[in-house]
Amino acid sequence: MKSGPDLRQYLRQESMPNVWCPGCGHGSVMAALTRAFDNLQLDLDQTVVVGGIGCASRMPFFLNTNGMHTTHGRALAFATGVKLASPDLNVITVMGDGDALSIGGNHLIHACRRNIDLTALILNNGIYGMTGGQLAPTTPQGFRSTTSSLGSIEVPFDAVDLALAAGATYVARTTTFDFEEIPALIETAIKHPGFALVEILSQCPTYFGRLNRLGDGRALLDYERDSTAPQEEITREQLVGRFSVGVFREEIRPEYTRRYAALLERARRDGNA
Amino acid sequence: MQQLMMGNEACALGAAAAGCNFFAGYPISPSSEIMEWMSRLLPVRGGVFVQMEDEIASIGAVIGASWTGAKAMTATSGPGFTLMQENIGYASMTETPCVIIDAQRVGPSTGMPTMPAQGDVIQARYGSHGDRAAIVLTASTVLDTYTMTVEAFNLSERYRQPVVLLLDAMLCHMRENVTVPDLEVIDRARPASLDGFEPFAGEEFLAFGDGARLIVTGLTHDEAGYQRASNGDTGERMMRRVLHRLERDAEVITHTRQESLEDATLVLIAYGITARAARSAVHKLRAEGVSAGLLELLTLWPFPERLIASVAQRAQTLLVPELNLGQVELLVRAAAGGTPVVALGRMDGSLLKPEEIVAKAHEALTNAEATI
Ligand SMILES: Cc1ncc(C[n+]2csc(CCOP(=O)(O)OP(=O)(O)O)c2C)c(N)n1
Ligand code: SF4
Repeated sequence: MKSGPDLRQYLRQESMPNVWCPGCGHGSVMAALTRAFDNLQLDLDQTVVVGGIGCASRMPFFLNTNGMHTTHGRALAFATGVKLASPDLNVITVMGDGDALSIGGNHLIHACRRNIDLTALILNNGIYGMTGGQLAPTTPQGFRSTTSSLGSIEVPFDAVDLALAAGATYVARTTTFDFEEIPALIETAIKHPGFALVEILSQCPTYFGRLNRLGDGRALLDYERDSTAPQEEITREQLVGRFSVGVFREEIRPEYTRRYAALLERARRDGNA
Repeated sequence: MQQLMMGNEACALGAAAAGCNFFAGYPISPSSEIMEWMSRLLPVRGGVFVQMEDEIASIGAVIGASWTGAKAMTATSGPGFTLMQENIGYASMTETPCVIIDAQRVGPSTGMPTMPAQGDVIQARYGSHGDRAAIVLTASTVLDTYTMTVEAFNLSERYRQPVVLLLDAMLCHMRENVTVPDLEVIDRARPASLDGFEPFAGEEFLAFGDGARLIVTGLTHDEAGYQRASNGDTGERMMRRVLHRLERDAEVITHTRQESLEDATLVLIAYGITARAARSAVHKLRAEGVSAGLLELLTLWPFPERLIASVAQRAQTLLVPELNLGQVELLVRAAAGGTPVVALGRMDGSLLKPEEIVAKAHEALTNAEATI
């Protein structure tokens, strides 16, 4: 193993062991996140990690930052309040695909639209892990879950398309197979002055792997490799059941808390009300 | 100085006076003017106002803001209040100070959006799943609306709990002359030191960014904030601690107005907009020689059952007029011992008139005599 900085300082020892199954991809994302923290030398006292409900959303418990474990789908709503009331805090949300794209879909598009300076990580395993393997709004067509045992007929959401259309200013997608790429994408997302979304395809061997006979965590990494391609190398037509990966947008547009600060300045000058 | 103001305006001004510096909301009649006022009041005071995508997001943002130390509020009406219930439970579980204004209108569902009702009393207490502590206040005048908004903030800060203030469509849109009082403002206690501080052990509050790396969760947790979801004892202990605090301070939290109760054989128990009609009903009945009295409740939860029990002991009949089909009547009945309780309820969007209450009182007294 490559020797590097001791990343244990970024983990909350009191909460260990974590809840994830052997081979679950969520742990890899957390490891990548701690690397990003280390590379950025992030002030952990001034950082709040906000999760919704689900396996992915448990991450705040295991990180040595401030943590908020909220309600299913609502992480971005809580995070918006934290950031608006205290813009100097670094606020990072960690959500599952059901969390972010199904029950929390409305909050996601509005956070994108506001371009508020939050980092949103969506850990997409194509299934509902925590509740036992039901269909997610990301389950690929034809795939099985405990509520689509004959294969899903639903059209899945593409988080990247959704975020781009809704106005997010940093949008990237990668996989846990491409583990080494994750820290740099998260670092850019944290530094990005606006709404930054990183979707990470993550593996759920316990349900997605088992129900679809794709094998264990290791085998699912191969599935991730085989079902993705860099955005330059894949056409829209080839995208059915597959994902493009890479950075899809990185641009600077007026950010919400800064727009609000400017409004406060105007209100102070005009002194109305 | 006297000012003519609307209930919703008084609510917003009360919030500002209480030090509210964060408001998140979603428009809905009859509460929208509170939000409109806050959108004007907060920016000039350096506070945050945000219109969210829905009520679930509004209360979520309010709770998030409170954890940075902000004094945060939202305002809504029945349909929005129902959407907020899951996160109100979260605020309760995480001991988050915040204020929720519910301007009641006729329900269920979209009901009668601009007509007054008092149908959210039980929801305000039990709307969220599970057992929890709850503080619910109400108001019957525009001045009350101001003072009870300040009180809602004070109680939420003191007890680290979400506090609900129930208004209604009539009070929200009614105008009265108000001399704005100068009221005491309470802010949440901060721990003297971080050494050995447990964020969920009592009333002292530490915010994100204060150096403690807090964990806040809606899962059952211990005093340190760590989840103990498979340890039922911890959950019950934590909830009972908050309930006990409210019980201990019931006298401070319970606000009432009592009129002519000393010799009253017929006691009207009323609250909110209906207390006004009940008061004039008592005056009319007294003028007719009936020994009537009024107990007006400004605090609905914790429900003042001991006070009601003692009033019931002295009275022959209790009459509960309200704009629902018997929500407080049910609670009064449970507290009244053997004293007969008569209900006068409606949910058609009109107010109860003093004459109707007087007529009901006569009917109740005749029935009481018949049974003797
Ligand atoms: C309001 C509400 N509805 C449903 C649930 C049950 N629930 C918990 S987690 C979850 C979905 C988990 O899937 P996902 O968000 O994709 O995350 P994963 O567990 O796969 O990481 C559901 C439906 C809940 N906790 N709250
Ligand atoms: S159920 Fe799936 S997503 Fe949840 S911890 Fe296990 S492997 Fe991970």
